[in-house]
Amino acid sequence: MAHDDLHKLKDQAQYDFTTEVDYAHTVRRGLGEDIVRELSAVKGEPQWMLDFRLKALETFLRMPMPTWGADLSALDFEEFYYYMKPVEQEARSWDDVPDSIKETFERLGIPEAERKFLAGVEAQLDSESVYSSLKEEWEKYGVIFVDMDTAVREYPDLVREHIGKVVPIADNKFAALNSAFWSGGSFVYVPPHVHVEIPLQAYFRINAQSLGQFERTIIIVDEGSDVHYIEGCTAPQYSTAALHTGVIEIFVKRGAHARYTTIQNWSTNVYNLVTQRAVVEEEGRMEWVDGNLGSGITMKYPAVVLKGRKAHGEVLSIAFAGQDQYFDAGAKAIHLAPETSSVITSKSISKANGRSAFRGLVRINRGAQGAQAKVVCDALLLNPQARSDTYPYIDVAEDEAQVEHEATVSRINEEQLFYLMSRGLSEADASALIVNGFLEPFVKELPMEYAVELNRLVQLQMEGSVG
Amino acid sequence: MADHTLEIRDLHVAVEGKEILKGVNLTIHTGETHALMGPNGSGKSTLSYTLMGHPKYEVTQGEILLDGESLLGLSPDERARKGLFLAMQYPVAVPGVTLYNFLRSAVSAVRGYTEAARKAGNNRLNAHLIPARAFRQEVNEELAKLKMDKAFLRRYLNEGFSGGEKKRAEILQMALLKPKFAVLDETDSGLDIDALRIVAEGVNRLQAELNLGLLVITHYQRILNYIVPDFVHIFYEGRIVQSGGASLVEKLEAEGYAWLEAEVA
Repeated sequence: MAHDDLHKLKDQAQYDFTTEVDYAHTVRRGLGEDIVRELSAVKGEPQWMLDFRLKALETFLRMPMPTWGADLSALDFEEFYYYMKPVEQEARSWDDVPDSIKETFERLGIPEAERKFLAGVEAQLDSESVYSSLKEEWEKYGVIFVDMDTAVREYPDLVREHIGKVVPIADNKFAALNSAFWSGGSFVYVPPHVHVEIPLQAYFRINAQSLGQFERTIIIVDEGSDVHYIEGCTAPQYSTAALHTGVIEIFVKRGAHARYTTIQNWSTNVYNLVTQRAVVEEEGRMEWVDGNLGSGITMKYPAVVLKGRKAHGEVLSIAFAGQDQYFDAGAKAIHLAPETSSVITSKSISKANGRSAFRGLVRINRGAQGAQAKVVCDALLLNPQARSDTYPYIDVAEDEAQVEHEATVSRINEEQLFYLMSRGLSEADASALIVNGFLEPFVKELPMEYAVELNRLVQLQMEGSVG
Repeated sequence: MADHTLEIRDLHVAVEGKEILKGVNLTIHTGETHALMGPNGSGKSTLSYTLMGHPKYEVTQGEILLDGESLLGLSPDERARKGLFLAMQYPVAVPGVTLYNFLRSAVSAVRGYTEAARKAGNNRLNAHLIPARAFRQEVNEELAKLKMDKAFLRRYLNEGFSGGEKKRAEILQMALLKPKFAVLDETDSGLDIDALRIVAEGVNRLQAELNLGLLVITHYQRILNYIVPDFVHIFYEGRIVQSGGASLVEKLEAEGYAWLEAEVA
């Protein structure tokens, strides 16, 4: 492949390191109002932001834990640190980035990616963005791509107008937690009729033990514009659980198009509890492309709220649950307007004692005449202990609407395995090829270097999984 | 080119407890073409799957030897790497896996790239694969010989392939994997006369190039007009009941299989 050198390839082993970072500011372990106030003060936030956080904390403390989905009983909120800031000043150029952080980035291949592929990088180390750059031509078109703290400082009105509007504070307990302690994340604004040709990318990485990471991302795509945002996650292994509770809010205005791509490969002691939602206006299009390979427990249901006539939403997701992993993942499509359409495609693979559940909600409100929704979920089980469940919720209040639902569960086909093995492939390699084929509809939607990386991660997940 | 011998000795095979092969004896040397003819249900495909090591077929007695070494304990991939190839009657589709990726993986495994990289602990991306440029050139040459379009490589393995395309893809694999012995299981089924000619030309060319030992399994004599056998074996109820030269084909052509019943009984 000609693009092999685009991105330094990584695997879990390579990620399994901790770079010594000089943390400039660390709050005490656990949560409380004092921490919210301290965090907000350190960031130099305006009063409205602090008020938002305090209200969120109060909401969080009041709300019960979800009683469905994955088992979260081992989750102890007092175990975590809720804020760490690795450098005092945000670095604007590569030269300003501290060496130890550079080393982390180099091992992740970011400078290379920057040189060869990226026009803009937003890289997040722990809670703060230490390095971000934005191509001048985008600035020329008025595109904003900054970390959230910068956005609060420099574009307070835009942030204030949008934060918590797609995912309200009280949406769920983890959204409230994020709203209280959020730190980092990206803010993207694309003005009307601008097509951002090259994907905007952010790298997330948890780099301190027991650090809760609460990135908050807001993406606003104004009328007739187009953007693709990519977030790739990797995390090194730790002995105690880490908590990742992100909130992503996307506004797709009239006739606009947004795609949000994630591949998360957190180490298996990470709780990954994320709320992702987009509101799509008339003739807008939203696509979530969501890959879940890592973490111990993931609960994540990317949602599209189709608010305007002919709005379209898609959620394409894969989950690969290995030993001791549990994914309760899925998608939601809420049809509020006529002629809206949605497609949910979910593919899951479970191996060893891994468990993956698909939880999908399609709701078509009265008045959404001519709405069309399609849900396809395919599960592949690699061995008898693996488990897959499907929980489809379909709620249609409009007679003139159409909903299709298909679900399949299969095992590795013996005849396919024999065929590939008869051509010299070992059982493991043959199985990996079949699995990659199963994931192909997802992989072909990814930019090249992510596709390569994903195939590699799948191969690693597959090793030793046969039998 | 070195000579090799594939020897099947008193082979008994059961499927789900039922005996299908009841003592098959057959020796094939490289460079030879053997035709195995028999009516439907006589166990011809059982023989081909057993040779390749399909887990469903249980060898209860007898031996399969390649140059005197038993293949019985070996998995299908190990047999493939020893130089055995089975062109299947019904090649299965593998959705999402392009023909190109599949061929490159298979060639890399059979020619030792995969194992060499593993042994060396080389985890670099594609270190276990044959270099792309050389491979692509080789594939393109073989495609041209089989009158297949390059666009074929981007299609998913056997998915939506016509009967003729499937069989040509099988011969393409054989050309790239360069086996010592190849079993063609009902390769003529589902082929029109033009496709049959192309496939047969491919097989004949490969036999000449590689000094292949060929076992052509067929119900009909049609393919044997194009791939001329040195030896013909008539298979009936799990055994070879008669062997002879190419003239046996004519007898079958004239008399069908009905006479067997009387003769064997």
